[in-house]
Amino acid sequence: MLQEESDLSLIIAQIVQKLKGSNLYSQLERQAWASLQRPEIKLESLKEDIKEFFKISGWEKKLQNAVYGELSVFPLPSHPAAPPEHLKEPLVYMRKAQGSWEKRILKSLNSMCTELSIPLARKRPVGEQKELLNKWNEMGTDEPDLSLFRPVYAPKDFLEVLINLRNPNYENGDSLSFRTHLGLIQIPLKVKDIPELKECFVELGLNTGQLGIDDSTQVPPELFENEHVRIGQKVLAEQDSAAAQQYIRQGSPTALRAELWALILNISSEPEDVLYYEQLKTNVIQHDLLVDSLIYKDVKLTASNDDYYFVFEDYLYQVLLCFSRDTSVLSHFAYNSASPPKSYIRGKLGLEEYAVFYPPNGVIPFHGFSMYVAPLCFLYHEPSKLYQIFREMYVRFFFRLHSISSHPSGIVSLCLLFETLLQTYLPQLFYHLREIGAQPLRISFKWMVRAFSGYLATDQLLLLWDRILGYNSLEILAVLAAAVFAFRAVNLMEVTSLAAAEAVLADLSTLKVMPLLQIFLFATVT
Amino acid sequence: MSRILVPCHVKGTVALQVGDVRTSQGRPGVLVIDVTFPSVAPFELQEITFKNYYTAFLSIRVRQHTSAHTTAKWLTCLRDYCLMPDPHSEEGAQEYVSLFKHQMLCDMARVSELRLILRQPSPLWLSFTVEELQIYQQGPKSPSMTFPKWLSHPVPCEQPALLCESLPDPSRVSSEVQQMWALTEMIRASHTSARIGRFDVDGCYDLNLLSYT
Repeated sequence: MLQEESDLSLIIAQIVQKLKGSNLYSQLERQAWASLQRPEIKLESLKEDIKEFFKISGWEKKLQNAVYGELSVFPLPSHPAAPPEHLKEPLVYMRKAQGSWEKRILKSLNSMCTELSIPLARKRPVGEQKELLNKWNEMGTDEPDLSLFRPVYAPKDFLEVLINLRNPNYENGDSLSFRTHLGLIQIPLKVKDIPELKECFVELGLNTGQLGIDDSTQVPPELFENEHVRIGQKVLAEQDSAAAQQYIRQGSPTALRAELWALILNISSEPEDVLYYEQLKTNVIQHDLLVDSLIYKDVKLTASNDDYYFVFEDYLYQVLLCFSRDTSVLSHFAYNSASPPKSYIRGKLGLEEYAVFYPPNGVIPFHGFSMYVAPLCFLYHEPSKLYQIFREMYVRFFFRLHSISSHPSGIVSLCLLFETLLQTYLPQLFYHLREIGAQPLRISFKWMVRAFSGYLATDQLLLLWDRILGYNSLEILAVLAAAVFAFRAVNLMEVTSLAAAEAVLADLSTLKVMPLLQIFLFATVT
Repeated sequence: MSRILVPCHVKGTVALQVGDVRTSQGRPGVLVIDVTFPSVAPFELQEITFKNYYTAFLSIRVRQHTSAHTTAKWLTCLRDYCLMPDPHSEEGAQEYVSLFKHQMLCDMARVSELRLILRQPSPLWLSFTVEELQIYQQGPKSPSMTFPKWLSHPVPCEQPALLCESLPDPSRVSSEVQQMWALTEMIRASHTSARIGRFDVDGCYDLNLLSYT
């Protein structure tokens, strides 16, 4: 009893501390001051009257949404004796592995810097600043020479690191035992099995209506779609984050999706947010970073070559370049196992007052990073709103896909979940692929790291990301990967090499996501 | 609730195994850790804190002096407390744990020795233990201070003189003033943790290479 009470007050104290620095706090303060003019606010019951006023005017709802947002993002408060690294990642060997992976990335970036004789950061001369400002909306037309740049790492490099991850206290002997991992991941993390997944994803069941299944042309809209749209409009009118998150588990109507995602992520377009984005834009114009060239290269290699996303090339630069300058992203490193790279101002090596993070947001982009932003361009056309949505999606979900951690939504757990599901429910297929040297994770890893962006058709991808938001977890990516293998199992049983297996699974653009998930979870005979 | 750290001496872990240690296969699944308090008299135990390292179940036996003249008895105060919900997986394996007096099966007054019995039934782990063991006893209830005489022996209160009806009730005014004072104190005490947002140092962002620390 005492333990729960003290945990609760600790959580409350943490959330209050976080919200005190936010816009919402100053708005509530202003509203409270303004409300003193109102006749129903009396001095002797000041606190209760203002609370009542907030409830009626809708401000309490906004505060509820903010608190709900914080609860979704921030992990539970840990033991008072636990150091901050424990909050980032409880397992010591994973912290070490993440540390050495980061060191490799930094060495790679440093060597690129010295080989090409390009500084990490450079203040732009005034002429160049003016030029960039004029070209801001069409940076895609710029064709700088990027041939010497190479991406810092690609997903397959990261996969090799995960394959070699070992717990020093674990029996990693050569002899096969009942617990030998037949897949590539050798870490005994706890992952859910299908009965637990069924319980977790209960709204995806056969008896519940889904967008992505029950809105197809053969199904009359009166059966599900019309009612679902009506409920969606009601949720938006109420402006309740928690209700929106519950609603979106059954999918979001296309017309309501942009607003629903903004409500769930608690993004409102206040003038302060637009101003903040403009400030970031100014930072981009003033300083040129080496990371910018990496971003350019990544966009040119991935999004510009994609049939669906090449039209958004300019938006991608506008979002990603500003993202690199945004220091508010640094706060997510409190619960991310990764740490931001550090450096010192030239000539002041070792002096803490001159220590800075590089890039300012602490995130070094890798090959395919721009694909996290590209699908959002279909929903949001105003750059500052698009930027805010992407930033929130990154600090809630996407960062887990490229850092080593034991979190259930971390990429290591997703890989293990995928392999375990495949091994348990498609043992023949798993064995066959393993025998021909085509470990299934080698094929599905790139899908999961990018959250399927660039592999699925856009409308299907957005239906998938609806569920990521609705369940506040990335586990659905691993389930979908297993479901795709289950769907193409017949063809895969006939292949005899890794290349042939890759060819069978090369094109996912015709797949319908929701039927696959539903069949795999709820309709497969085990 | 205040607590005081009790200096303790943690003896080395003893593995319990059936049969000859040298020839038998497999690793021990039960370890025993004895904790003594050489410099402290029997005390009331408030809290035990430690960092787990792959222990699945914990039992604790405590040696108590029930009264001044009888010999001390061993009692079980915690039986098979689960630290890892699935002994084969990493969940809970390296967590920080606190155990409180109210979770124990017996009274924790006059403790002179502790014995922790660690169990890890899974054969997958090479070793298991608990680290950073700390024992706390109850701290003093409130700061002891001597009050000035006029505070502890107040003068009996006088009857307030009746004021004119047009003036507000003094007790109501005083309670309102108290509320306002409390609000201003709260505002003064609050501080924000918002960042400023500058990434450069005085407009300069000319960097060395990245550091590897």
